[in-house]
Amino acid sequence: MAKAPLSTGKFLLIFISWWAIWALLQTSLLIGFGLSTGTALADSVFSNTIVALCCGFISNNMQYYLPKKERYWYILFISLGISLLILIICQATLVPLLRGKSGEMDYGIFFSRSWAVRYDIIFLQVACMSILSVLWYSSEEEQENRQRRNDAERLAKEAELFKLRQQLAPHFLFNSLNSISALIGSSPEQARTMIQHLSDFLRGNLRKEEQQWVPLSEELQYLELYLEIEKVRFGHRLSTELDYDPACLDRRLPPMLLQPIVENAIKFGLYDTTEPVTIVIRARLEGDYIRIEVENPFDPETSRPKKGTGFGLSSIQRRLYLLFARPDLLETRVDNNLFITIVKIPQ
Amino acid sequence: MTNTQPIRAIIIDDEPLARMIVQEYLQSFANITVLQECNDGFEGIKAIQQYHPDLIFLDIQMPKINGFEMLELVDNPPDVIFTTAFDEYAIRAFEAHAVDYLLKPFSKDRFDKAVRKWLDRYADHQAALAAGQDPSSGSTAPGPDSAPGASTQQALLETASSSPFQQQRIVVKTAGKIKIIPLEDIHYLEASDDYVKIHTHNGAFLKNRTMSYFEQVLDPNRFVRTHRSYIINVQQVTRIDPYEKDSHLCILSSGAQVPVSKAGYVKLKSVLGL
Repeated sequence: MAKAPLSTGKFLLIFISWWAIWALLQTSLLIGFGLSTGTALADSVFSNTIVALCCGFISNNMQYYLPKKERYWYILFISLGISLLILIICQATLVPLLRGKSGEMDYGIFFSRSWAVRYDIIFLQVACMSILSVLWYSSEEEQENRQRRNDAERLAKEAELFKLRQQLAPHFLFNSLNSISALIGSSPEQARTMIQHLSDFLRGNLRKEEQQWVPLSEELQYLELYLEIEKVRFGHRLSTELDYDPACLDRRLPPMLLQPIVENAIKFGLYDTTEPVTIVIRARLEGDYIRIEVENPFDPETSRPKKGTGFGLSSIQRRLYLLFARPDLLETRVDNNLFITIVKIPQ
Repeated sequence: MTNTQPIRAIIIDDEPLARMIVQEYLQSFANITVLQECNDGFEGIKAIQQYHPDLIFLDIQMPKINGFEMLELVDNPPDVIFTTAFDEYAIRAFEAHAVDYLLKPFSKDRFDKAVRKWLDRYADHQAALAAGQDPSSGSTAPGPDSAPGASTQQALLETASSSPFQQQRIVVKTAGKIKIIPLEDIHYLEASDDYVKIHTHNGAFLKNRTMSYFEQVLDPNRFVRTHRSYIINVQQVTRIDPYEKDSHLCILSSGAQVPVSKAGYVKLKSVLGL
């Protein structure tokens, strides 16, 4: 629900001073018409206080009932009615109270003569307040709607990003557990190390927030963990080469971006050939980007990775798009029997 | 067990540790000997042809050709216990007449159960052979859980072909060599007696499957059965000419002419968006 404008201290102050000014102006006007100062003051203060209270009431109530667009003319009737009510209260109170001669004229006669002008002014004040309130509340409502829409969009995006990051291959997990199961019999020490690596890897997978970018050095450590596990499984066939420009190490990038790319390269390399596989990971600075290349061998005879987003890279592509709103940050290249994935991260 | 002849087994898995655990668990079965451990499907095929083992333990995800593709390439495949890490393959494993499938990581108890189940079947089979019966028609074989009814079999097949396990290539054996054909290399498939002839850039290959099998496993947006005896790769189509009454002729980029029946023409038009 929108906040009432008068619940803010600043607006309340403006509101009160506004009516103080009205009351002063009215007093001087009434003195000009020949009323005594005391009567003029009493008349202005009382009638303006009543008007102010009614205006406050209107402004507060619009919080609960806001006429629909096609019923804005209701405001006119409400204002006319309230103004009449105010005038009747003023007459019923002021006339008996200030009866008799005041200055050069009789107050009772003066009040009935000024009736139309008073009604006019009160109506203007009340209508003005009503219209201002309607504008205030509709703009508040509009803002709230926009906020809600933005929130919903942001939540959807975050959820999607989260899902893309969480895509932990079940195959990887179960096969790693199977390796541990095998190691427990033959070399319990190594099994324990593997469990340690696997839990650190899983913890890293669960913990990270999308907004918290991490330095490349941290990502590489995390990658190292992953490679350790894969080497326990595929040590006889898998070797890796890491080649990076030391200047890159403290540059930041979204977490968990590298590992899925390397995982993809390893899977591609290991399952598309039967020979030993070397995965090369290169990182260097290129203008305002960190450029990371991951290279794996494949068999061009049997696989035709499509240019652009070959093999299982579409979720990485989608993630980069959600993060940077750019579709051109992930590229792939084929060089004889090497498949190269290139990702550029804006700095 | 009266049979004292050792049972011969082969383990096929691309992860050494995964093979190791099968070896370890098998130690309590004194009558089972592991003849060889294989790193991939190619070694597996060679070993099976060399030794004709009684039982194989087979991983599914392996380099180049997976466990299913390997089985397709073996004549008279031996009994199989699949060992796999991921459930999505279980249905296909069943379809391939597996004795059982073990989900990695599996316990010793679960492993023993699978092996004992197979041993029972094997003993029955041997007894039937000794009695001079044809084991496949006897009441003793195969075991109840390895022979789902025809309708279940059909359901399994349908589930398998609609699963994420979409066929991306076809593996064939030609002159003793294994050839992997990427789907985009295929021009068209042609029924040829009990086989299907696969026409590609590099000639034609035979595969002992049915046309309806290929119609099910291939992506219907890329491969259309235009005729009882033909399935074409729509990317290869260059022209469709009218031919005789109610039928058409499809001209492929290789120049091949493939008949299109009336029903096939309707399907082809909808896939091509005409």
